[in-house]
Amino acid sequence: MDLPVIRTGGCSAGSCGSSAAQTNGLPDDIRRRVENHPCYSEEAHHHFARMHAAVAPACNIQCHYCNRKYDCANESRPGVVSELLTPEQAVKKTLAVAAAIPQMSVLGIAGPGDPLANPERTFATFRMLAEKAPDIKLCVSTNGLALPECVEELAKHNIDHVTITINCIDPDVGAQIYPWIFWKHKRVRGREAAAILIEQQQKGLEMLVAKGVLVKVNSVMIPGVNDEHLKEVSRVVKAKGAFLHNVMPLIAEAEHGTFYGVMGQRSPTPEELKALQDACEGDMNMMRHCRQCRADAVGLLGEDRGAEFTMDKVEAMELTDEFLAEALARRAALREKVAAEREAKKARAHAPQPQQAVITLHRPSQKSALAGRHVAPEGRPVLMAVAAKGGLIAEHFGHAREFLVYEVTGAGAKLVGHRKTDLYCAGDDSCGEAVDVLGRTIEALEGCEVVLCSKIGYEPWGRLEAAGIAPNGEHPLEEIEPACVAVWHEMLQAGKLAQPAPERKCA
Amino acid sequence: MALEIVESCVNCWACLPLCPSQAIYEAKPHFLIDADRCTECAGDYADPQCATICPIEGAIVNELNEPLNPPGSLTGIPPARWAQAQREISAR
Ligand code: SF4
Ligand code: SF4
Repeated sequence: MDLPVIRTGGCSAGSCGSSAAQTNGLPDDIRRRVENHPCYSEEAHHHFARMHAAVAPACNIQCHYCNRKYDCANESRPGVVSELLTPEQAVKKTLAVAAAIPQMSVLGIAGPGDPLANPERTFATFRMLAEKAPDIKLCVSTNGLALPECVEELAKHNIDHVTITINCIDPDVGAQIYPWIFWKHKRVRGREAAAILIEQQQKGLEMLVAKGVLVKVNSVMIPGVNDEHLKEVSRVVKAKGAFLHNVMPLIAEAEHGTFYGVMGQRSPTPEELKALQDACEGDMNMMRHCRQCRADAVGLLGEDRGAEFTMDKVEAMELTDEFLAEALARRAALREKVAAEREAKKARAHAPQPQQAVITLHRPSQKSALAGRHVAPEGRPVLMAVAAKGGLIAEHFGHAREFLVYEVTGAGAKLVGHRKTDLYCAGDDSCGEAVDVLGRTIEALEGCEVVLCSKIGYEPWGRLEAAGIAPNGEHPLEEIEPACVAVWHEMLQAGKLAQPAPERKCA
Repeated sequence: MALEIVESCVNCWACLPLCPSQAIYEAKPHFLIDADRCTECAGDYADPQCATICPIEGAIVNELNEPLNPPGSLTGIPPARWAQAQREISAR
């Protein structure tokens, strides 16, 4: 089956009053397939859980943003894990997690090396799990070097989500990202290595698409190395049928011991990242909510429940067939409930929106008065950060480990990214860094004008205001998008949206 | 004629399945090479396979204790730059 070329379309511009879910532009059959996948669907990540099992230790390439030696308890970069599992252990752990957390719907193999450089371990895990929990979806993330030779095998296991990390399609760019690859019993270096890797990635992408397997492309944005080039990458992978492109920021600190970290390569700012994502979005669906989760994270996206499921705790559990069947039934029931809630929400979103009608009566701009009540009131878009939990504004400011960032206009709120508050080793003495956590959080919120949370303390309130960010605790436990739009309308009425966004003061 | 795995090995498994002589085995605290079995891949491959895929500088040495992948050869980080970065980090 050939996948059609995908464009954003439908009501993604917010014209129908609902927020632009990123799956809106996808063909129906693909949308159905990604609906329950927390890594792919902007909607699903509020309701479904995923986990990664660290069964694949070996790697066949070196990337300048990776250090294979790194194993820090506070590590939060992807691809770094502390507990290597055998396929048997990984399956048992997955079953235990899926029994305790009925939202669990995806098992991914993403490391700590490359899953396809460890094909026996990876495929043994998938085979065993498919037998015991056929409802759990399987996915694989790969650098692509060994992909073409694995496509047949992948298709056999009925694995329909594959993520390829593609940072370049030009070997001269690649030579600045990949120092070497292991290829046909040789260590190949430089431009030649990059050329082989790129060829394999593109071939693998084409073969998967031809087989009807969903392919997502991840790219790491490295300022001055591939930032401009990624626009071209986005165009090419879209044309070949990848259904999502996820641009992630480089994370580089000298402490990580990576080439980029030690050599002083800088990370992109949140604004630079957003500008690139915006530039790529014209071409295809972009994924904005990727958390760069730890490869062994367990739980709903954004929360890490890994400590509840360490291998010794899991080994001690007894998982009878009866117990597993019950767990399967609970998951099925939950999925049905979520599907029904989503339908209801969709129906509400498409109903006439009284709020907009009221506002246009208050301040009818010339254009909207002429064109009728469905035209959004004038005012610039505002970035708002939200301390979210389960799709609601339900997190205390001080407890939020990350903020979802929405671009809000009168017509709707669109998720455009997320900011972590504990990107590196924040708060850990062993890293030798005294960190002002609040200061870092405020820094991480650069560009946002409002923070919505369920509650906020006195000190952070003052510091946020001083930094030019308005704290807002007036919408606890409300749905994110309507609350953001309401706040936007308050700003509009207060006359704050006539001028451009204020320059950030130093925190 | 045999290579040896030393303590900087991170137990990544990459080398083990490549060895044509089944000389590599899992051990604690790190993987080891059975010196009686290792042929340095002579007759099988032009390059010793374990040292060709190993991602860790210094983890595999020859009989003279020389690393097959010396500092800087895999990461591309010049050793002087690495030392300087370490000094800067510990001075913080
Ligand atoms: S040099 Fe060759 S034979 Fe010796 S341990 Fe390494 S892979 Fe095996
Ligand atoms: S490839 Fe190197 S680091 Fe990995 S297990 Fe072998 S010797 Fe150890």
